Amino acid sequence: MVGIVGYGAYIPKNRIKVEEIAKVWGTDANSYKKGLFVEEKSVPSPDQDTITMSVEATLYALKRAQIDPKKIGAVYVGSESHPYAVKPSGTVLAEAIGATPDVHCADFEFACKAGSEAMFVCLELVRSGSMEYGLAVGADTSQGAPGDALEYTAAAGAASFIMGKDNLLAEAIETYSYMTDTPDFWRREYQYYPRHASRFTGEPAYFKHIIGAAKGILKKVKLEPKDFKYAVFHQPNGKFPLKVGKILGFKREQLDTGLLCPWMGNTYSGSSPMGLTAILDEAKPDDLILMVSYGSGAGSDAFIWKVTPKISEVQNKAPKTKDILNNNKTYIDYGTYAKYRGKIRKAE
Amino acid sequence: MPAPKYWREIPQRYRLEGAKCKGCGQVYFPPRLICSSCKSREFEMVNLQREGELLTYTIIRVPPSQFTDQSPYAIGIVELDRGVKILSQIVDCDLDKLEIGQRMRIEFRKIYSEGEAGIICYGYKCVPV
Repeated sequence: MVGIVGYGAYIPKNRIKVEEIAKVWGTDANSYKKGLFVEEKSVPSPDQDTITMSVEATLYALKRAQIDPKKIGAVYVGSESHPYAVKPSGTVLAEAIGATPDVHCADFEFACKAGSEAMFVCLELVRSGSMEYGLAVGADTSQGAPGDALEYTAAAGAASFIMGKDNLLAEAIETYSYMTDTPDFWRREYQYYPRHASRFTGEPAYFKHIIGAAKGILKKVKLEPKDFKYAVFHQPNGKFPLKVGKILGFKREQLDTGLLCPWMGNTYSGSSPMGLTAILDEAKPDDLILMVSYGSGAGSDAFIWKVTPKISEVQNKAPKTKDILNNNKTYIDYGTYAKYRGKIRKAE
Repeated sequence: MPAPKYWREIPQRYRLEGAKCKGCGQVYFPPRLICSSCKSREFEMVNLQREGELLTYTIIRVPPSQFTDQSPYAIGIVELDRGVKILSQIVDCDLDKLEIGQRMRIEFRKIYSEGEAGIICYGYKCVPV
C-alpha cells in the first residue's frame, strides 16, 4: 500500500474581487462572476512566490506526517511560476525543511498539472521501494495578462503531500494518465504572460482530457461515480469543474467540498491538489475520493484515494484549507494588486 | 548580498537553527563558538520555535535601496517561545494596529532579490497570528 502520510495547503492572505478588476477594464463584473463562477481570487504579497508558499504548505504537511524530514528521498515541486528559469525551486524547499543532502530533487512543469505529476512520481518511487517518503508540491503564483480573461482567476496557492507506505491517511487505490498534444494554452520562453486559444481551451482540451482520465481510471477499478464520497477536478474557474462533474455523473454534493476556485481563483499547479487538501480536512475513514488534474498542452492525471482511520488524528494538527481561505483576508485595490504582481513598469 | 555570504547563513535564515550549549543549556541564535555563560565549546543544534511575542518595533519609511518598494514597513524584535530574541521584518500587517505583546509567527518569505538577474534571498519574517 502507498499513499498520503501528510498534507498541507497555503494561501496568501490578499484577495481582489472580480468587481475591482472589472472596474479598471470597463467590463461587466456580473458577466464574469456568472460566466466563470468566480467571486474573488488570492494574490501573493510581494515577498511571496512559489518557493515560499511551497515551504509553508510543506511545514503543515510535516506537522501532520510527524516524520523526520531527513527520511524524505525526493523533493519535487510542480509549478509554471518557478522563480528561477535555471535553479530548482526544490533545492530551497528541501533546505528549508531540513531534507538535504541525501535527497533527489527536481522541478516539474506541465502547465496546471505539474503538481499532480509530482504526486504521481512520488507515489511510484515509494511503491518501488526506492525511498521511504517522497514530497510532492503543486504551487503557483499564476500569471494572467492585464485585461485578459485569465486575470479574473489567476491566483496563488500551494498544496504539499508527503507520500509513504506506512501510517497512511489516504491510500492510493489507482492512478491513470491521459495525454495528447493539444495546444490550448502556452507560454513561450522569455514571454511574461501565457497565451491561450480562448474557447478551444474547453471541449477539445479541458473536457476531453478530464473525461478521458476519469473514465479510464473508473474502468480500471470497476467503480462508478455513485461509489465516491468526493470528487475534485482541476478548477480554471468555478464553472468547468461543476460541468465536467455533471457530465461524468457526479452530484453537486460530491463536488462542493473540494471546490475552492470561486473564492480562491485558479492556483494552476495547486488547483486540484488544494481541492484534495480541503476534502482530506473533512473526510472520514473509508471515504473514496476521485481527483483529476488538468494541464494544458494537454493531459490529466487521475487518482483514486481511500481515506484511512488515521485521518481523524491529523486533521487538526495544522490549519485547514478552508480556514486559511476564509479567515484573515485582506482586500486590496487594483493599484496595490498591480504593484504586488509587478505589472507596473518602473524606471531602471 | 554576495552568494557565499547568503549561502553560509542558510541554516539560520531558512530553518532557524540555533546552538544550545551542552554545558548550561543557553541557546544562541545565530550560533556561537564559545558559550558566554559557561565558556563551553560544545553545542547541539536546535530549531527555534516558529512563534513568539513582539517585544518592540519601528516603522521604516526611508529604507535601503533594495527595500524601497516595500516602504513603509515594520521591523521588530520578537521573543520566540524558547526565549531567543530575533530581529525580523513584520509583514502582512496593518502598521497602525501593531502592538507590543502581540503574538507573531514565522513565515518563509523573500527578503529581497538582487535586481532582475541576481539571486533571490529567502529567509524568515514575522506575521501577526
